[in-house]
Amino acid sequence: MSLRLAIDGLSVALPKSADRPLALDSVSLTLSSNEILCLVGESGSGKSTAGRAVMRLLPPSVRIAAGKILLDGQNLPDLPEAEMRTVRGARIGMIFQEPMTALNPLRTIGDQVGEVFRVHTTLTRAEIAERVQTLLTEVLIPDPVAAAKAYPHELSGGQRQRAMIAMALALEPAVLIADEPTTALDVTTQAQILKLIRDLQRRHGTAVLFITHDFGVVAEIADRVAVMQAGRIVEQGPAEEVLNRPQHPYTRSLIAAVPPLAPADRPRPDGAVQLTVQDLVKTYGRKGFFGTGRVTHAVRGVSLELRRGATLGIVGESGSGKSTLARCLARLIPADGGSLRLDGLDLRTLSGREWRRESRRMQMVFQDPFGSLNPRRRVGDLVAQGLTVRGLSRSAALEKARELFGLVGLDPQAITRFPHEFSGGQRQRIGLARALALEPEILIADEPVSALDVSVQAQVLDLLESLRQRLHLSVLFITHDLRVAAQVADDLIVMKSGEVVETGPAAQILADPQHPYTQALVAAVPGRHWMPPAVATPPEYAPL
Amino acid sequence: MAALKRYFRSPAAVLGLTLLVAVVALALSADLLFPRNPLGLAGRPLQWPLDNPRFWLGTDTAGRDIAAQIFHGARMSLLIGVVATSIAIVLGILVGAVSGYYGGVVDEVLMRVTDAFQTLPNFLLLLLLIAVFGSRIETVVIAIGVVSWPAPARLTRAEFLSLRNREFVEAGRLSGLGDLRLIFGEILPNALPPVIVYASVVMATSILLESALAFLNLSDPNVPSWGNLVGQGRSVLRTEWYVCAVPGLAILLTVLAVSLVGQGLNDALNPRLDEQ
Amino acid sequence: MAASGPVPALFPDVTMALLSFALRRLAVSLPSLLLILIGVFALLQLAPGDTVDALLAQMGGGDPVQIQQLRTFYGLDAPAAVQLGRYLWRLVQFDLGFSAIYGKPVAAVIAERLSVTLLLMVASLWFAAVGGVVLGIIAARKVHRWQDAVISTVGLLFYATPAFWLGLMGVVVFAIKLGWLPAGGFEEIGSGKTGLLRALDITHHLVLPTLTLGLIFLSIYLRIMRASMLEVSTLDFVRTARAKGVPDGAIVTRHILRNALLPLVTLVGLHAGTMLGGAVVVESVFTLPGLGRLAYESVIQRDLNTLLGIVFISAVLVIAVNFVVDLLYARLDPRIRVKGH
Repeated sequence: MSLRLAIDGLSVALPKSADRPLALDSVSLTLSSNEILCLVGESGSGKSTAGRAVMRLLPPSVRIAAGKILLDGQNLPDLPEAEMRTVRGARIGMIFQEPMTALNPLRTIGDQVGEVFRVHTTLTRAEIAERVQTLLTEVLIPDPVAAAKAYPHELSGGQRQRAMIAMALALEPAVLIADEPTTALDVTTQAQILKLIRDLQRRHGTAVLFITHDFGVVAEIADRVAVMQAGRIVEQGPAEEVLNRPQHPYTRSLIAAVPPLAPADRPRPDGAVQLTVQDLVKTYGRKGFFGTGRVTHAVRGVSLELRRGATLGIVGESGSGKSTLARCLARLIPADGGSLRLDGLDLRTLSGREWRRESRRMQMVFQDPFGSLNPRRRVGDLVAQGLTVRGLSRSAALEKARELFGLVGLDPQAITRFPHEFSGGQRQRIGLARALALEPEILIADEPVSALDVSVQAQVLDLLESLRQRLHLSVLFITHDLRVAAQVADDLIVMKSGEVVETGPAAQILADPQHPYTQALVAAVPGRHWMPPAVATPPEYAPL
Repeated sequence: MAALKRYFRSPAAVLGLTLLVAVVALALSADLLFPRNPLGLAGRPLQWPLDNPRFWLGTDTAGRDIAAQIFHGARMSLLIGVVATSIAIVLGILVGAVSGYYGGVVDEVLMRVTDAFQTLPNFLLLLLLIAVFGSRIETVVIAIGVVSWPAPARLTRAEFLSLRNREFVEAGRLSGLGDLRLIFGEILPNALPPVIVYASVVMATSILLESALAFLNLSDPNVPSWGNLVGQGRSVLRTEWYVCAVPGLAILLTVLAVSLVGQGLNDALNPRLDEQ
Repeated sequence: MAASGPVPALFPDVTMALLSFALRRLAVSLPSLLLILIGVFALLQLAPGDTVDALLAQMGGGDPVQIQQLRTFYGLDAPAAVQLGRYLWRLVQFDLGFSAIYGKPVAAVIAERLSVTLLLMVASLWFAAVGGVVLGIIAARKVHRWQDAVISTVGLLFYATPAFWLGLMGVVVFAIKLGWLPAGGFEEIGSGKTGLLRALDITHHLVLPTLTLGLIFLSIYLRIMRASMLEVSTLDFVRTARAKGVPDGAIVTRHILRNALLPLVTLVGLHAGTMLGGAVVVESVFTLPGLGRLAYESVIQRDLNTLLGIVFISAVLVIAVNFVVDLLYARLDPRIRVKGH
């Protein structure tokens, strides 16, 4: 192991309009060959800025204010732009988060991987084509010959990320910066990509700076860890040390908020069956004038039962049909077949008017804290809306909204504000207040914590659990995250390609999955062998 | 408001607004400064600007005061711009909203109609409408509005398509809101900013369309219009070119003002562009 | 564990894919064409006076028997729906009817004028597209510097200028004051020029009309191109290219340019009709014997058959331009070929 990259006292200044003067504040790090350093932090901690600063790819308004970035002893901020260009791609490679947008949609994969050679070497076309094939084979893209000729949209997300890795490692750079490279991927794909990065790093002795927000991923891949908070590094050390014996209070609170993969210890509710779904079918397809378009079977023959007072977790990867299922249940989109009974009442056959009366009983919490609140309405009106539509006077509805704000842990006086004045976690609380306004019996939660930072996620999950108990709610909890599912669900159903592949008590499924797909899913959970240590001091949450 | 502040930070946007205010001032002061019929005989025809202190912009081929026509013409241009634009935008929003919100067969039919309007050159359609319904000023204004709605309709539709499945709309539907309230209360306010910005384009085009009609002698000859004046001046272009030049310049400045204001609004409402 | 799915098969032949895509788009435009014809036909039923009235006005009146005979001759005594049916049936046989005013088939009248308009449109479109793209790129590369300021200002000015006025002022400066260019007409009449000399003469005559019609579109294209370049340059894949060490110039030509062209190509298709409309005015300013001027004259003379013929030809022309634009778009963007839009 030899020292490749040394960041020393690096400060990066933000423009005046930003909420803080420095994106990075005296950051010092070292990175040696043949090791993976995980830079971990919540959104806004400056971890991505650190990666960009090394590459000198910061936005024009953001600049390096102080400090050194030494690559093999050469200070990068001092290099002229032309020389820096010979560093990028050749001596430092970089992979990004979004495989959908990080590749040029109008050029073939082979062309874009080959570009690295065209820019940095004098190889002939034939030699480049050959190298591209070798690289694509090395990153285990199925059918590399066809993949080189394919355009990005013709590949899956995981394959695109493999192509990105091939591109970043083409010239065997000494350093690889990976900025949340698996965050946008499904968990099974994530496991493959993590393994690929690990293998390639070992084989080539690359020094990897791996930026992530996910402690599971850290446990999976890191040799060393550096934890960032608001532009500063608060703790760093060997992975085993930081993960199991965190010293800094912030690290401790972060790790304490990571849900363990073991089911929560609590009695299984045994209420009567409240919601019965049988053979629900939803097909998307276009019947155009000129022949039929492609048809997608989003949900095919799903059956499930929800008991009163229980939480049923629906887990699956993207495209499994779990969100479509939720929307069919809430009648946001019409199902094509099957039945849907709430206490014996067939909801599918209700007329629009009858449904509007019954819809009160089943409400939904959404995933996107930004997209789920109309930005042009005051939050109080958003919560009161469902009540005023049902004939309650505006003042009474607003009074109720204030009450609900108190219930979800927000300041009741805040109902006159607009959504953009709240943080992501607070918005999810508003969404929860809106769903509870109509006093539903069943709450459908569609990935309600997926867009939140881990500490906020823990708070929202706690709130959801306490409300469930106090208001005797039954909950359908949709998530892609088995750790979260383990915490909230009594029973689980596992979905794949629109079908239920396995169903049963959460504890049983997590401990002893039967279906091969469920087994793969459980095996793919990052850091599943790491048990977050129980921290003596309770996590310190930021005040709301 | 932040958007307002951003608007006034751009010199071009401020210039546009100043110009627009000036044109409005012309229109408002027309009766005060030139109380006589601007289309009546005022003096000897074809006097050059500044030759006669009474006619500081000169007189045209029929001996009418050009300055008076410019002032009264401002009124016409603005009126045409505002009314025709309103017609086009309201029609466009209605068609686009219904099409984008409901989708399916309704969308298919409405979009084919929109296609038809966009396939037929709009100036040709305008000629047809004028040929059939005559060239009274009311007809001209409505006709301009009728040929201009497809673009705002497509824009509104695109916005609705991207907004209609947003979670906040789904939440509204779950709260029990009906289609009308979802369309007008939830989606439209969020879809409106780009459409409003586009209104400036429609307004600029409307003014240009009317002036072109008037230039071709197809607009109402009984109202003072800049395009009319340019058309009149054609016969004396070789020698007294100012008869064409002056009203043309007025059109140019008005359209410029409207475009600059539109661009300023766009930049003010889409702040992400000034992060660069 | 199975690796992520197999690579979907590419189209065996890209040309076939392009063609099938464009043909699908073409099929969608047929209902529009039918709608236009029916709509315009219905509109013209509302027009005061028909072809016979126009003819009588030219002849200075006639007796009722003769009028009735004329109406029967032109088929104007049948119900509107029957007339429409007959008209559409004749259209299928490429018969546009007879122009009473010009005394010959509408198809012949239009054929005489079509080439002038086509020439004007193609020339203007090229001028506007090439000029707009080049200026847009320069402005975007020099954003917020003086080059950008000059280009953007000039663009805005041309955008706000009425075409007819621009044409007239061009005549004043270049024809009357400087004497460099002819003030109007398609070619020197009766000069007996042929071959290359004639082509040069026509080019000479078309310089001003082309600039007049093209400059407005040039200003639109340059603004779109500038905005589009700036937009694309903020996208993730441009950052990827930077991270690969690709030099700035190559980033523009290899990554930004083609992506930035896409919205422009769409716009060119949408503007085909607008440009044809602009031709009416420009041809009138420069007394060019084209389709636009013909449309204007038929409105004045109430020659409804000819007007309907022009509407049909214009719509076909616009659809044809859009067909080419679709092909071009699909050629530029591999995604569209599969999606079918």
